[in-house]
Amino acid sequence: MIPSDTAQGLAHRPWAVFFVCPDRRGSEGSIGRGRPALRIALVIDDADRDRPNGVKIMSALLRSLEPLVTTLRAEGCTVVGPRERDGAIVLDAIDSAAQLPSGWGVQTGPGVYRLRRRADRAVFGHSAGPQAWKRFLHPPRERLWSADRGVDGTLTITGPDEEPPRYAFLGVRACDLRAIAIQDRVLGASPSYAARRRAAFLVAVNCTEPSATCFCVSAGAGPDVEAVETRPDRAPADWALADLALTELAEPGDAEPLYVATALSPAGGRILARLPQTPAPPDVVAAARAAVGAATDHMGRSLPDVDLREMLAASLDSPHWADVAARCLTCANCTMVCPTCFCTSVTDTTDLSGDHAERWQTWASCFEVDFSYLHGGSVRTSARSRYRQWLTHKLGTWRDQFGESGCVGCGRCIAWCPAGIDITAEVRALTSQGAER
Amino acid sequence: MSGSVAAVAKPSVVRPSLAVWKFASCDGCQLTLLDCEDELLALAETVHIAYFLEATSTVVDGPYDVSLVEGSITTEEDRERIVRVREQSRILVTVGACATAGGIQALRNLADIEEFRPRAPRIWTEERARNERATREDRASGARGPCERTRAQEFLRVVYARPEYVSALGTSTPISAHVRVDYELRGCPIDRRQLLDLLSALLAGRRPAIPAYSVCEECKLRGTTCVLVARGAPCLGPVTQAGCGAICPVYDRGCFGCFGPMPGANTAALEPVLLARGMTDVDIERVYRTFNAATSTFDTAAGRSHEPPQ
Repeated sequence: MIPSDTAQGLAHRPWAVFFVCPDRRGSEGSIGRGRPALRIALVIDDADRDRPNGVKIMSALLRSLEPLVTTLRAEGCTVVGPRERDGAIVLDAIDSAAQLPSGWGVQTGPGVYRLRRRADRAVFGHSAGPQAWKRFLHPPRERLWSADRGVDGTLTITGPDEEPPRYAFLGVRACDLRAIAIQDRVLGASPSYAARRRAAFLVAVNCTEPSATCFCVSAGAGPDVEAVETRPDRAPADWALADLALTELAEPGDAEPLYVATALSPAGGRILARLPQTPAPPDVVAAARAAVGAATDHMGRSLPDVDLREMLAASLDSPHWADVAARCLTCANCTMVCPTCFCTSVTDTTDLSGDHAERWQTWASCFEVDFSYLHGGSVRTSARSRYRQWLTHKLGTWRDQFGESGCVGCGRCIAWCPAGIDITAEVRALTSQGAER
Repeated sequence: MSGSVAAVAKPSVVRPSLAVWKFASCDGCQLTLLDCEDELLALAETVHIAYFLEATSTVVDGPYDVSLVEGSITTEEDRERIVRVREQSRILVTVGACATAGGIQALRNLADIEEFRPRAPRIWTEERARNERATREDRASGARGPCERTRAQEFLRVVYARPEYVSALGTSTPISAHVRVDYELRGCPIDRRQLLDLLSALLAGRRPAIPAYSVCEECKLRGTTCVLVARGAPCLGPVTQAGCGAICPVYDRGCFGCFGPMPGANTAALEPVLLARGMTDVDIERVYRTFNAATSTFDTAAGRSHEPPQ
């Protein structure tokens, strides 16, 4: 069945290619039992040719996320989503939408993160959690290979796991989607990263409630998922950035929020087609757009509107670096929570017998003294030089290296810095000092 | 990727000898070695345990390939003994906060062991005032006896039946203050996995993995939510060297710094963070005056809490 308004719309567009998404497993009937089982139309028209994959899918209204979780699990995916644990919203495997943090919000500030109860039952009403999706695509510890010496002295080398995990990420905000795009550019050539990334199914979520530490708008990375997804400077890759986009509409008193769903990739279209849904009424779509639009105006913070690369390049000798170094713990929390920081170090291990060796890649940080260890010692021994390295790379020389900024404005480095150092305030101070000089 | 490459024969060498030494300490770090139950047999096959009184009374004379040294130097005899241990050891590794920093017993460095006159303000000031007040009252009432003893004698008498037999140095110092140390494993007690990695590394001739970064990184690698940011718990993780696997935050409490300061630890920046999370300046002094009290970084941090704000 095709929504009639869609069919009518197409009648006026003879150039449009129109087809109904095939139901791969014929399971639609079972998922949609008792509800109007609607299939979704994939429309390719002139307006859509600008999109990376040339596919556009009409908005659908979902009344529950459970069928989505069930369907993705049936596809063999490990579904990873937000969960409430240890006083925070962490990212972890879920096997039911009931495990999502229903009605939990957060309050963030420099060095502060607290859970709070929301008036509604929103499951995506939180931001700047302690983890980013890089934890799964670029894991903190990864065995690169292991070697075993047999009794006859033969060495057997085993590489990383052949089968990458198939993740489905549920609830990737625009800032984090942008961060994944940035890591795609940095790490895309790594076979293990590419394998995990290619296999991953991303359900993005438009942000309707930024927190006090958010500044994605000034970082050019949100809050609208589609704006991020269609950025022209995305690194070329043979995978879609995201597959589905959701906008959550939660009202106090509602048992469950409503979700306006849009497919962003053919795979997303196939999954969406299998979910029980109704066409999203225009007023609901308008409300969803308005909520995302309102989020744009509610950023808690912003980066100054200057060419940060130029400003930082001219600020290398600024006295402000000593000022921030006095407050910086060099504990590396900012780099660990940053969704784009990608540095690693490599460690070899052996067992007592000496017959088994392993090489591990582990997250590392430019705040470690040993990070810059060259022959004879470390290059960046002072906190001043290490903070400066991090900030100038993140916002300045990242552009020289990768053609874009390394910051998405998610605010994690502000919230999870024990000393509450605020990257936007530091940049502002450097900017104004530069202007005075 | 999986495949075989040219056969590499396992080098056949004489089993290296291992000695485990105890100085002023609680034996907890030696016990960590005995605690490696799954690996002990493999270890005994790989190395020749030549001197380890905690495990066996059989003693083989040196020299030794590797010496693990637990404990701090607190007596004149130990000052001489550690020199002889060093002379007999190809590689000397200090294990635990006593050996690497002087341990909890280095609190004596803050006082005069004979007079036990407090040098550190706050912690003992009240107690001392109380003691002096009691002494004055007792004197006024014409009493004699315990109240007139010096506090050191009091302390010694509480612990030892014949305190006059006790002969100790006025300080507790780390092994590195007396002899050259090749590697050190921090902690109170040491971490079992770090010990096994160190021994495996020495056997394989590779560098042991002894990270110099903060405990925070271990929390983040494990995926442990920061107790300081998310719960407001005072935590020394940002200034403490990693190696423990962030065991305290994993159990939902702040790090108390038993691995000692990481290189470049900025305790001055942590002080306002701890004060904002409910610690008083006395709390801050106490939290730094534990197993690594004698390290200059933690000693400075403890003393700083009494300086009037600038």
